[in-house]
Amino acid sequence: MDELKQMILDYVYDEYIEEDDDREVDENTPLISGGIVDSFSMVSLKRFLENKFEIQIPDADASPEAFDTVVSIAELVERFKNA
Amino acid sequence: MAYSDTARKAYQDELNSIREAGLFKSERFIHDLQDAEIEVEFPTGAELKTVINMCANNYLGLSGHEDIITAAHAGLDHRGYGMSSVRFICGTQDIHRELENRLTEFLGTEDTLLFPSCMDANAGVFEAVLTDEDVMIADRLVHASIIDGMRLCKAMNDSYKHSDMKHLERKLEEHQDRRYRMIITDGVFSMDGDLAKLDEIVALAEKYDALVFVDDSHASGFIGKTGRGVHEHCGVVGKIDIITTTLGKALGGASGGCVSGRAELVEMCRQRARPYLFSNTVAPVIVSGALKVMDIITSSTERRDKLEANTKYWRQLLTDIGLDLKAGESPIVPVMLYNAKLAQDVATDLYDEGIYAVGFFFPVVPQGQARIRTQISAAHEIHHLDKAGEAFRKVGEKYGILGLGKKELIEKFGM
Repeated sequence: MDELKQMILDYVYDEYIEEDDDREVDENTPLISGGIVDSFSMVSLKRFLENKFEIQIPDADASPEAFDTVVSIAELVERFKNA
Repeated sequence: MAYSDTARKAYQDELNSIREAGLFKSERFIHDLQDAEIEVEFPTGAELKTVINMCANNYLGLSGHEDIITAAHAGLDHRGYGMSSVRFICGTQDIHRELENRLTEFLGTEDTLLFPSCMDANAGVFEAVLTDEDVMIADRLVHASIIDGMRLCKAMNDSYKHSDMKHLERKLEEHQDRRYRMIITDGVFSMDGDLAKLDEIVALAEKYDALVFVDDSHASGFIGKTGRGVHEHCGVVGKIDIITTTLGKALGGASGGCVSGRAELVEMCRQRARPYLFSNTVAPVIVSGALKVMDIITSSTERRDKLEANTKYWRQLLTDIGLDLKAGESPIVPVMLYNAKLAQDVATDLYDEGIYAVGFFFPVVPQGQARIRTQISAAHEIHHLDKAGEAFRKVGEKYGILGLGKKELIEKFGM
């Protein structure tokens, strides 16, 4: 897994996974449709990415689908990093 | 006709998909007043069945209390049926203000404003007191009505892991640049039955200059030595900036809610909270009944003491039977089954045994956290609890779940 995906995955574990939650999360685990991140808590993930990479993700692009897996989040970040 | 066949078909398909997903909600008709034992028609058209009610929010057993019914009758006679007005035009009677003052005194706050429901209170309060310069930091398990209220408010929103004080502290540090920070939590969490760590939350609020908001709907009237709520239990009466609560659960169970707290914040709600400004006043009959509720709960702690004793008895009974419970001390006692279908099957079998309890599963609770939520009342007598316990033992044996912990239950039934 590349550095970007690993960083996002680490954040997901740190921010969303409870201590007694033994679910395994990898880069393809559905986060929102799988009930790990609710669409409301997604805001903190968006802000983390924006601060970390000094990018702006417009609300229209920050859809639950775009935030559903570490892979799709990494793609979104790449897109705006290069924009 | 605007409601075309295509539109009808589309809605029917959507309803069918809700049914297929096992998420379809239907009502059961109760043919008498709310109590520990009720007569239920279910399914619709079936013969009435007397069951023990293990799923009401009737914590103090006041929903059908004779004195409250009498007081409500008197209210109807003296103050009429309705006011045909919002509060600030011509919908405020002397008894509305009297009830607000009684609630203020009971909750240990500075002022109180009634709302048609606590759902409305939560929908209106954040927008009335916060702006886009502020941040709301909510526990991840707060009630849906709080989430809705936060969505209506322009302040930034953030959340912390359930009751995780380290995570909350990190968020408070992160948001020091905002004008105001508001920590938002339930007092008792409605699905898990655990209590917010309000003493630690208040300490963090003082350290990081934050306001504290608590929805105490599942606590007002019975948590704490004199039933004031979780703030009493945690020794922080007077330190909570906003408390919202309901008259629709322990406090008579009819309807109505309130925002109570710092005088200026309550006044801001009176000026700006849209559900207060644009919906009808709480009906006089409800206010009259609620005033009697306040008399009852402030004159004696007998009911909340009985509820506490019943809760301890029930927790011990289910633990002895070998069921996996969520730890806690509130009268919300969740029996954990983890698998959604198992929760539904167990609830159905319990009903056949004369026990009315409901299974909860995703999306009401997180995925893989399905459960039967039981709720204890001061209306329950020990024989009710014994009968319900016996039904749990019988149904538990049938499914082979007794003595199994989380790991074994998930291994056996899946998540």
